[in-house]
Amino acid sequence: MSIKSIRFFKIGRILKDKLHSSWMLVCFLIVLFLPFLLGIGLVFKSNLLIKEESLLQLLFSSQWHPMKGEFGFLPFIISSLWVTVLSILICGPICMLSAIHLTHYAKRWVLKIMHPVIDILAGIPSVIYGVWGIILVVPFISRLGASLGHPNSGYTVLTGSIVLSIMIIPFILNILIEVINTVPQELKEASLSLGATKWETIKKVTLKKAFPGIVSAYGLGISRAFGETIAVLMVVGNVVKIPTGIFQPGYPLPSLIANNYGEMLSIPMYDSALMFAALILFVVVTVFNLGSRYLILRSEKKI
Amino acid sequence: MIKKMFQKAKEYLNRFLMFFSTLIIVVVLLMIIISILYKGLPSLSWEMISQIPQGGYYFGKEGGILNAIIGSLYLALGSTILGLCFSLPLALYINIHRAKNSRLVNFIRFLLDLLWGIPSIVYGAFGFSVMIYFGVRTSLLAGIITVTLFIIPIMVRSMDEVLKTVPKGLLESALSLGSTRSETAYKVVCRQSIPGIVTAILLAFGRAIGDAAAVLFTAGYTDYIPTALNQPVATLPLSIFFQLSSPIPEVQNRAYAAAVILTVIILIISVSSRIVSSKFKQKKIR
Repeated sequence: MSIKSIRFFKIGRILKDKLHSSWMLVCFLIVLFLPFLLGIGLVFKSNLLIKEESLLQLLFSSQWHPMKGEFGFLPFIISSLWVTVLSILICGPICMLSAIHLTHYAKRWVLKIMHPVIDILAGIPSVIYGVWGIILVVPFISRLGASLGHPNSGYTVLTGSIVLSIMIIPFILNILIEVINTVPQELKEASLSLGATKWETIKKVTLKKAFPGIVSAYGLGISRAFGETIAVLMVVGNVVKIPTGIFQPGYPLPSLIANNYGEMLSIPMYDSALMFAALILFVVVTVFNLGSRYLILRSEKKI
Repeated sequence: MIKKMFQKAKEYLNRFLMFFSTLIIVVVLLMIIISILYKGLPSLSWEMISQIPQGGYYFGKEGGILNAIIGSLYLALGSTILGLCFSLPLALYINIHRAKNSRLVNFIRFLLDLLWGIPSIVYGAFGFSVMIYFGVRTSLLAGIITVTLFIIPIMVRSMDEVLKTVPKGLLESALSLGSTRSETAYKVVCRQSIPGIVTAILLAFGRAIGDAAAVLFTAGYTDYIPTALNQPVATLPLSIFFQLSSPIPEVQNRAYAAAVILTVIILIISVSSRIVSSKFKQKKIR
């Protein structure tokens, strides 16, 4: 091989590297600007509504009459809160207990079963959860409500939150397991050698040490639950009214967007209102995410 | 003595509760799969998988949901491939090119986690308003782009988790032998972490095929199999959703059958990602 061709070969390689590096930079910039782009886009689109009415009135009025130009988001916000809080209350204890079980007590065969189970639960699309909710949970809630003296159609806030809680179990459980596993072994050994029982060690050492991580796991779960759309939409009833009990239908924010978008393009105000709903979702989810990630980062640094 | 016994009893109770809650999770998964199979299998037929909707399909006449199956596959495949073009370089970028700058790397990871947390309906609404702005109609391409945005963080973060574990010595020896950084990235690091990358791709594929909220406004719905990128496309989740909201029982039964198809696709993806990751693991340099 002549020197010339060697040099050419080398230039080719370097050129390839340069090209590739700049493509990487492009990808990086896209990811860097995407969150800001999302936020700015949503603000830009909902600007029309925010300019027209005060923010307080939008958030705390319950008058939702799009045709008359009245946009009060309170019923949707309250419904979202109901569904999210209830679902966290349902899945919270289950996730916590099961995470402790899987990290401390479970035998090998249990772990061997649980890994695929969690993976599959995490992978099931939300539509399937919705279908399951319609097949099993809706009749169950309808009967339960009837026997407790609250006759209902089965499409209630409680139904939505049960379906939702099952959906976020794998998500929270994975983070919890990871967080609990990062607690250093020496701490546990020290506690055990001082005569504490295994349960005492878990309660007073492991969980205490992992506390910020546990809080952030639930924070991430909340943000996931807040934005879940299709499964909740299918079972929650979708009636524009502030729900006053668990056996009443609700209308969370994501369902509002999913049900009405696309049809309402002809009314710019309505379009803008739905974008405002998306903006609320975006802000709430981002705040919860930021808080939880911050807690995780800080606790990782401490350990 | 009594106190000790009480403590023991408490511990046993706790252990029972813990085992019980783990059991709940397994039982719920079984319940989901069994109830869907129970409802869907009776109305699942070859006709459903092999035909597109005929006239009057949505009133209980004949036809199938081939349009939705093919559409979902097109959409998921397209967005996975497009997503891979962006995510693999980015994952390599933060693990090889910028490995030394841990502040920047952590910032990118933080940003990706943030993006991962944003609900898909927000991506859908955003994508739709961008489409309106540029005057594009609902189409396969718009759906693919929206879903790509939505799966990029998932792909990058899960690839990143694997690339992180590649030993630094491997990287350094490749660089010291005179290979450029991109050669090191693709010929050494990528080869080393293929199982993780494949799992990440399959994970993203599963997400893309199962997501309904992002494609609700962007991909549209049609009874035909799309032949070009600018045509609307039907997807399985939306087809389930629309058929289930029909008042006619036969159409509802078909929705359950479509749910069976989607579940089976997801289970196949999940099982194959397990097989892939265990098969490639043996060839890894440690």
